Amino acid sequence: MIRARGLEKRYGRRRVLTGIDLDVGAGAFVLVTGHNGSGKTTLLRLLAGLVAPTRGVLEIAVDRGRMGFLGHEPLVYRELTAVENLDLYGRLYRVPERRERVGMLLERFGLWDARNERVSTYSRGMTQRLALCRTLLHDPELLVLDEPYSALDEQGALLLDRELGELAGRRALVVATHDPSRLERLATGRIALA
Amino acid sequence: MSYVADVVALTRKDLRVELRARDTLPAMLLFVVSTLVVFHFALPEGAGDDAAYGLLWVAIVFTALLGLARAWVPEHEHGVLDGLVLAPCDRSAIWLGKTLATLAFLLAAQVVALPAFVLFFAPLNGAALVGVLLADIGICAVGSLLAAMAAAGRARELLLPLLLLPLAIPLIVGGMGAAISPEPERYLAFLALYDGIFAVLSWASFEYVVTE
Repeated sequence: MIRARGLEKRYGRRRVLTGIDLDVGAGAFVLVTGHNGSGKTTLLRLLAGLVAPTRGVLEIAVDRGRMGFLGHEPLVYRELTAVENLDLYGRLYRVPERRERVGMLLERFGLWDARNERVSTYSRGMTQRLALCRTLLHDPELLVLDEPYSALDEQGALLLDRELGELAGRRALVVATHDPSRLERLATGRIALA
Repeated sequence: MSYVADVVALTRKDLRVELRARDTLPAMLLFVVSTLVVFHFALPEGAGDDAAYGLLWVAIVFTALLGLARAWVPEHEHGVLDGLVLAPCDRSAIWLGKTLATLAFLLAAQVVALPAFVLFFAPLNGAALVGVLLADIGICAVGSLLAAMAAAGRARELLLPLLLLPLAIPLIVGGMGAAISPEPERYLAFLALYDGIFAVLSWASFEYVVTE
């Protein structure tokens, strides 16, 4: 699904990533680890197609609409409710039976009772849960997740554990994390950025 | 049909966000009315209608700038633009939705501003009103693209006027001509041509603005 060779990214003179080789096949679960500023977020943004590499080869054999991306930002409108945000993304991603899918995800991630409240009233953890709903809404073939456990409480983290456990092996996942111990049992590969 | 449905969904979203946040339209209304009040006292007696029409265009362009400067703020909060860009819809639908929403805000501001202009300064004939409408379309079409470019930069408040004002000059010339010329049709045709050309250019180039 993803093949990268000699990937390099620079912002001006600053080299953020260099010499990255990566293969992600169908059903693979790749962990991306590294300290702050090592380029994890940049690598994931490259894989999502949000930025272009400065040098190297990056081949992604997945349509834009079949990829799910979770970044540092939740990518939802603060002034819209959870239902309105997911409904908008559902339309743009051509999700069949959109309302049922939105309802099912909101229930699964514990946001059903707050579904008609504006995101601006949500806690950071609730916003992260909504971001996870948005990422999974269109049942993507490839998931690119940047620190998915960020801001989640223990209950939210357990929900995500269960979700990733169900997706592992069925979908390709690339997950950046500071705490790989939580996901090591699922991982089929690992890339450590220096 | 899905393209139209995407545009409708994106426009409706912008209107809904503004209805709740009330960040843009009240500021535009306050600005345009207070500008006309200041011009009313600044314009010397006997200055004539032509000078007043000139001031109307100053008020329209700067009110539009105010709205455009806020246009992409909701997309930059929480990084929503990335989410829209990743969606499999045609990216030009994002631009068109934003253009229509900004146009709606500008027209709403003018619903108050134009009667105020007639009250304080001079009458507006049909050609002048059509000129304002055509110029609004041009400003919003080009402005939505330039505002998206400016929003990605650090000095967006400075960058947007620097980019937009030179491109708005033909619209001001056309709008003034439609209001004061004995042959306004020529100016209206010029404005329509400008709108057509720049709408197509903005529509086609938006994808390159939002992707690296």
